[in-house]
Amino acid sequence: MKKLNSVTELTQFREQLLAEQQGIKKSIAICEGTGCHAYKSAAVADAFEQEIKKRGLEKEILVRRTGCHGFCERGPMAKIFPEKVFYFQVKPEDVAEIVDSTLVNNKLVDRLLFLDEKSGKRCAYQHEIPFYMLQNQVVFGNNFMISPRNIEDYIAAGGYSALAKALSGMTSVDVLEEIKKSGLRGRGGGGFPAGVKWETTRNAPADRKYVIVNADEGDPGAYMDRSLLEGNPHSVLEGLMLGAYAIGCSEGFVYVRQEYTTAIENLPIAIEQAKQLGLLGQNILGSDFSFEVKIHQGAGAFVSGESSALMSAIEGRVGEPRPKYIRTAVKGVWDKPSNLNNVETWANVPLIVNNGSEWFRSLGTEGSKGTKIFSLVGKVKYTGLVEVPMGVSLRQIVFDIGGGIRNDRKFKAVQTGGPSGGCIPEKYLDLPVDFDELSKVGSMMGSGGMIVMDEDTCMVDVAKYFTNFLAEESCGKCVPCREGLRQMKRILKEITEGRGKQSDLETLEELGAFMKDASLCALGQTAANPVLSTLTYFRDEYEAHVRDKKCPARACRDLIVFYIDPQKCSGCGTCRKQCPTEAISGDKKIVHIVDQQKCIKCGTCLQVCPSRFSAVTKLPGGPAPASVPYGTAVVQKTKGESK
Amino acid sequence: MLPDQLRSKLREMIAGAESPREKAIDVMYAIQELQGWMNDEAMVEAAQLLAMSPLELEELATFYDYIYRSPVGKFVIKVCDSTVCWLEGQLRLTDYISSRLGIGLGQTSADGLFTLLPVCCIGYCDRAPAMVINKRVYGNLTPEKIDRILAQLAQKADFSGSE
Ligand SMILES: Cc1cc2nc3c(=O)[nH]c(=O)nc-3n(C[C@H](O)[C@H](O)[C@H](O)COP(=O)(O)O)c2cc1C
Ligand code: SF4
Ligand code: SF4
Ligand code: FES
Repeated sequence: MKKLNSVTELTQFREQLLAEQQGIKKSIAICEGTGCHAYKSAAVADAFEQEIKKRGLEKEILVRRTGCHGFCERGPMAKIFPEKVFYFQVKPEDVAEIVDSTLVNNKLVDRLLFLDEKSGKRCAYQHEIPFYMLQNQVVFGNNFMISPRNIEDYIAAGGYSALAKALSGMTSVDVLEEIKKSGLRGRGGGGFPAGVKWETTRNAPADRKYVIVNADEGDPGAYMDRSLLEGNPHSVLEGLMLGAYAIGCSEGFVYVRQEYTTAIENLPIAIEQAKQLGLLGQNILGSDFSFEVKIHQGAGAFVSGESSALMSAIEGRVGEPRPKYIRTAVKGVWDKPSNLNNVETWANVPLIVNNGSEWFRSLGTEGSKGTKIFSLVGKVKYTGLVEVPMGVSLRQIVFDIGGGIRNDRKFKAVQTGGPSGGCIPEKYLDLPVDFDELSKVGSMMGSGGMIVMDEDTCMVDVAKYFTNFLAEESCGKCVPCREGLRQMKRILKEITEGRGKQSDLETLEELGAFMKDASLCALGQTAANPVLSTLTYFRDEYEAHVRDKKCPARACRDLIVFYIDPQKCSGCGTCRKQCPTEAISGDKKIVHIVDQQKCIKCGTCLQVCPSRFSAVTKLPGGPAPASVPYGTAVVQKTKGESK
Repeated sequence: MLPDQLRSKLREMIAGAESPREKAIDVMYAIQELQGWMNDEAMVEAAQLLAMSPLELEELATFYDYIYRSPVGKFVIKVCDSTVCWLEGQLRLTDYISSRLGIGLGQTSADGLFTLLPVCCIGYCDRAPAMVINKRVYGNLTPEKIDRILAQLAQKADFSGSE
């Protein structure tokens, strides 16, 4: 690759790349993100390449190994351009047929198209597939178009034109003002206006400054940063460079968690290619602007995603938070002013510089501009990454895009905002999703994880789970956080084990209020959210546990009861043989009985009882129904009477 | 003693850094890549290279989950215990792996093949429950799938052992 010495040379290079692609009639994008890769998408890509070569079509049909397409659950996916036809769960065996039908003869391969369960119809094109229909993939969209290991793809798709625009016609203040005007807010959780933070670092006097990408992505349930960084690393790098240009600095870091192996492989390749083209290094595109970037790997600590902790980690110190009275924007890495933004925040920057702040402001709500990528996971039918303009309702995300709840269960809640977020109940499903609206109902945006829960999820158990998680992550420095969480943990344990008292609920609320007011850092101040939000919206579940010793979701082991219906049991003995604790007694043609003292609630009997009998039921709790005396004969079914 | 080749690679890594300690994690990863874990000897040598006191390096090593100060198996099984995996029945699966390998969390199997560790979300939530073994991710886990994976890995270990 030849070094590009000016903006004009970059433009010429892009034109040349596009000219080379003139003869290409169609292209196939095959996702090789972590998700599809595990489903052997590489073999599918290989098969396409071979098949196309065999037919001598290399000059007309291009195969691209791209980043994540969002709908990982249905991978490996192949998207065919220019038609935007999607094939799902493609296997190497399907490839010859796709090439023959779709690429050569313009016919669809029906069985590989998405089947819309609601309408019963097959959907061929992106705009017909419910999962994609309502999305607006301005940040994520390029993942379809480029191979993350080939900078030429990014450039051909318009990449680095924002940097070129800045270097050739905008002062650093122009870039800063554009970002400030856009209203871009940080995507890493806090929602702090990016431009304002940049300006603080810009104005802090120092000989050296740093810009940093936070790719630690610690919030459970969120993985958009991984997909962006591994699928489109240059968009993050270009954003970072624009930030550096606006702030006036020439060095940067990407702090990435060790688990993200594909990102850690792709990023150095991207950096190396950018260097070769003169898009990184000294005098970028012949300008006065120079920039270098280093990668720093994490080593497994949730708290290291916090800004001051992350900076300590970069210096090779223990990644623990520092006191907040000195802001990292002023005094960060090596005590130099350091501006940290999240991966998705950086990826938005080139779009804003290219399209202008007006364009960005046209998307989203009054207080939250642009789009947001959510990871829609949990009990929803279609899981995956979803990019929508801010302000789209939860209902649209969960039911229209996500297809509603799996296995025909009922929706119960959607958890947003990471461990210290909240659980939002059905009555708020029409809430427009943005930073402020989520806070109003006691949750938060966090980094964009949306975990959908159904009727089988016990909300007390959920509160207990998050409280345990946070108790482990609490650094223990301040009493309200440390002791508050410990008390909450204990109370929730008792409630889920059937030893709760009515007064426990008030105690939880008091503890929560105290932690909110008296904790030192954000972790402690928000740590009560999971308990408080579930207490507010799902109080009846708490009361059922405390008052009736029942778990309505039938999830808490210590409360639920497995019961064999004497009217339905056929005495086949299947459950008796499989019960690990020999808790079931009975005999041929004799009604089987569960000894509640011995039962460990493993649920095996429920699973193995043949569906034509369905004699075992899981009850929410309370005393088990009186059992028939041992030796009672089964109810004989007369022929034809079954069900 | 660290092998010379690794030592010179580490020196090279450190030379490119602003201050040597910046590379502490990378250095320890490189050593672990070769020998699995950080024994006392490696700690002392690494600290020297990094111009840190052994105590300072020790502090880092204990803080981070992925720096191992005791021997680990050939395959480190990291099961995600975060929200989505928990919601999808991760507890039962971890129990299953535990009983299959006869080890608890944080332990290594007697044959030295497997170590079982709980980890925070690995970003594979759409295929929960999920786990990482060495650098590969596995999702949508079921007991049957775990049986298959463990058998495959044991076989692989056998194979490379006989080479
Ligand atoms: C305990 C804790 C963990 C955090 N983890 C992350 C993280 O993994 N990724 C991230 O982008 N921000 C994380 N943050 C937020 C960062 O401190 C910081 O606000 C953010 O990276 C700034 O970027 P943004 O303004 O672009 O969002 C965390 C904060 C706390 C308190
Ligand atoms: S739940 Fe498990 S332990 Fe209890 S009776 Fe059924 S099989 Fe036996
Ligand atoms: S498996 Fe079902 S029908 Fe058979 S003995 Fe058990 S409860 Fe009765
Ligand atoms: S919660 Fe387990 S991979 Fe994210």
